[in-house]
Amino acid sequence: MYNFEFEKPGSIADAVAALGSEDAMPLGGGQTLIPAMKQRLNAPSKLVSLSGIAEMKGVCVRDDGALSIGGATPHAVVAAEAGAHYPALAGLASHIGDPAVRNRGTIGGSLANNDPAACYPSAALGSGATIVTNNREIAADDYFQGMFTTALEEGEIIVEVRFPIPEKANYQKFVQPASRFALTGVFVAKYADGVRVAVTGASEEGVFRWSEAEAALSSDFSASAVDGLSVSPDGMIGDIHGTPAYRASLIKTLTKRAVAAAA
Amino acid sequence: MPQVSMTVNGKATSGDVEGRTLLSAYLRDHLGMTGTHVGCDTSQCGACVVHVNGEAVKSCTMFAAEADGATVDTIEGQANADGSLNVIQQAFQDHHGLQCGFCTPGMVMSAAALLKENPKPTEQEVRDYLEGNLCRCTGYHNIVKAILAASGQDVGAIAAE
Repeated sequence: MYNFEFEKPGSIADAVAALGSEDAMPLGGGQTLIPAMKQRLNAPSKLVSLSGIAEMKGVCVRDDGALSIGGATPHAVVAAEAGAHYPALAGLASHIGDPAVRNRGTIGGSLANNDPAACYPSAALGSGATIVTNNREIAADDYFQGMFTTALEEGEIIVEVRFPIPEKANYQKFVQPASRFALTGVFVAKYADGVRVAVTGASEEGVFRWSEAEAALSSDFSASAVDGLSVSPDGMIGDIHGTPAYRASLIKTLTKRAVAAAA
Repeated sequence: MPQVSMTVNGKATSGDVEGRTLLSAYLRDHLGMTGTHVGCDTSQCGACVVHVNGEAVKSCTMFAAEADGATVDTIEGQANADGSLNVIQQAFQDHHGLQCGFCTPGMVMSAAALLKENPKPTEQEVRDYLEGNLCRCTGYHNIVKAILAASGQDVGAIAAE
């Protein structure tokens, strides 16, 4: 990997200032960025570590009832601390990668990267979460803009993610056995005003909501409610691990499993 | 060039590193501690697992500068004070939990992290915890058995495979 200047600020303000220089990039846990830099797919002139910023770490429930997770909170901490408030989210976090990866990788890093097969984007979109950056709040529906593409501007960092806590929820992941990413994953969350279904790993456009299933499940929250629906393989990812039709089929199967597990 | 200081296996160390210097490279190349193995260098195989502030991490996927000020534990620090094998290491030997031995440093460090967090894991919990540690010799069976034995559980009923 090419060399770079390393900075580890102690506050959000200092991190934003450090990111002002050309080709600077934020470093979350580095579990994606470091392998990408080794392959020279990324070559920042400066890395600004977010791991030393205490105000960006931790899990707590806000006065409005939403679960707040600091952007630099590792997956292992979410797995351990979110369970009492949002078990489906803690369950998702506890199955990302492997234990060593979960001790480094962060929620902000995962959402900023928006890998089309990452788990967290489905939880954020499926919960209607709010992505809080150093200068604004972005609704999850506006945040995800396609594979590896988000609403984040250059130098903007995710300081917090707020998850409205659903009545019921579950995440089902069909693991791609070599990478442990989701070959397809479905996050289902039932709120008082309706059900949200977010799908990761399947679409060439990255994470998306399956609106037909949301409508069916909002009127009848049971696995059989989606029996009559099908997902078109158009626009689904096809690779050596699975065809577009296979992934489309997985979406329905995993949705049913998630609803059954949540209900 | 960042200067880093960290406590490795109880001893204070420091050195000048580049931004891109990985923790695994700091341990192996700067400190000469080659017990931590680099198998894949892509954070998949887990041979490079060490503990940073008590938590298992893949040292090939963490910059040395990120561990500045941290307490790092490696395979070299696992033996008992008198040099004898610790409980986990001894169990690996007793239950033939290694063949070529390349993955073993990472396996032992992951096992230590698991048993600290979960002193009496089930077989499935051991297998799940080792998801990020690859072994190409043993088929994992005797590694799992060794870790269960190290946790003080009876492994007599687990068939040798």
